[in-house]
Amino acid sequence: MSVRVLEALKEKFGDAVVETHSQFGDDTAVVRADKWKEVCRFLRDDPAMSFDMSVDLCGVDYPDREPRFEVVLHLYSVAKRHRLRLKARIGDAEGEGAEIDTVADIWIGVNWFERETYDLMGISFKGHPDLRRILMYPEFEGHPLRKDYPANKTQPLVPYRTEEEAGVTLEKQAPFGLDEGMPFGRRAWGTDRGES
Amino acid sequence: MGELKHVTLEGGASGTSGFATTKLDALLAWARKWSLFKYPFVTACCGMEFMALTSPRFDGSARFGAEAPRFSPRQSDLLWVVGTISQRQAPVLRRIYEQMMEPKWVLAFGTCASCGGFYDNYTTVPGIDKIIPCDVYVPGCPPRPEAVLDGLMLLQDKITKNATGDRRPGIVKPREDPVRDLIQLRKKSSREGEA
Repeated sequence: MSVRVLEALKEKFGDAVVETHSQFGDDTAVVRADKWKEVCRFLRDDPAMSFDMSVDLCGVDYPDREPRFEVVLHLYSVAKRHRLRLKARIGDAEGEGAEIDTVADIWIGVNWFERETYDLMGISFKGHPDLRRILMYPEFEGHPLRKDYPANKTQPLVPYRTEEEAGVTLEKQAPFGLDEGMPFGRRAWGTDRGES
Repeated sequence: MGELKHVTLEGGASGTSGFATTKLDALLAWARKWSLFKYPFVTACCGMEFMALTSPRFDGSARFGAEAPRFSPRQSDLLWVVGTISQRQAPVLRRIYEQMMEPKWVLAFGTCASCGGFYDNYTTVPGIDKIIPCDVYVPGCPPRPEAVLDGLMLLQDKITKNATGDRRPGIVKPREDPVRDLIQLRKKSSREGEA
């Protein structure tokens, strides 16, 4: 139970804590993005908090919300045995201005998580020591886990063979049809945003 | 095997060597199809089934003369693409294929290598035939070892027949589902009972 952590946060940061809840026993605090680093430093350094371990950092895209993205950080204190989920909301409807301070200098393990979030979600972390793509290749354009990235769009590094090169019709080669055996249907993400 | 006794490179008294050449091709094809040196390009979970295939219960490659894996593409002539190929990996696979010596063959092991499987997204190559020529497709997620053996025999047939750069692929057909046959049989017998 780390409701006391939420109370301490509200007491110390006041308006910077936008919202808190403890659904299913998971204590969550949403803080203002400009206070992100300050809150994180307090959570690690304060002896009553002592969150010495960052479990996970990721981004979430809510295409209908404004601000559109959420950065979610999960923290755990090995000494105090309490957990906290910390969120910040950034970015406008077009995905511009999705920027937040890095916390890689507070918890060193966050480094690659921030790179992954940058790579797949397009959220940049100010002050990150080495903000490059980590899963996709450098030539990749766009950020594939944003909801307005078309679900089946590929950016091949090697050009696909033509039918002349293959000498046979390529459609007849593969033993399966499009979407055959898939338990889910195709969804055109981004049609409502007029981009696909 | 009996015909192979007549192989001659001299071409006989008439000086034409057509007869000898065709038989040489047959001999070469026979030698090649029983001595496939494989290069396993294993990237995903199909690799487990690949191990099951090569282990003693199925003995899937030694029986067909394809036992020894070569981990250099320059020494191998059968490329097993076992598992999902991502866009980032595609140049590597293409380069491996280009480094192999002719004659060379490619076997797509599993649904992902055949057509991308259910990965219909930004990162997966929708079938290796989009980037390199493919000779045999073995569908399945992962395929049973028996299906792979079918594929290997299809490839051997192809090597026998081809000899002339025929790249038309072989596809392992799905097996008959015994349960479906049983249902049809029951329906039939109940209809006969009504009549």
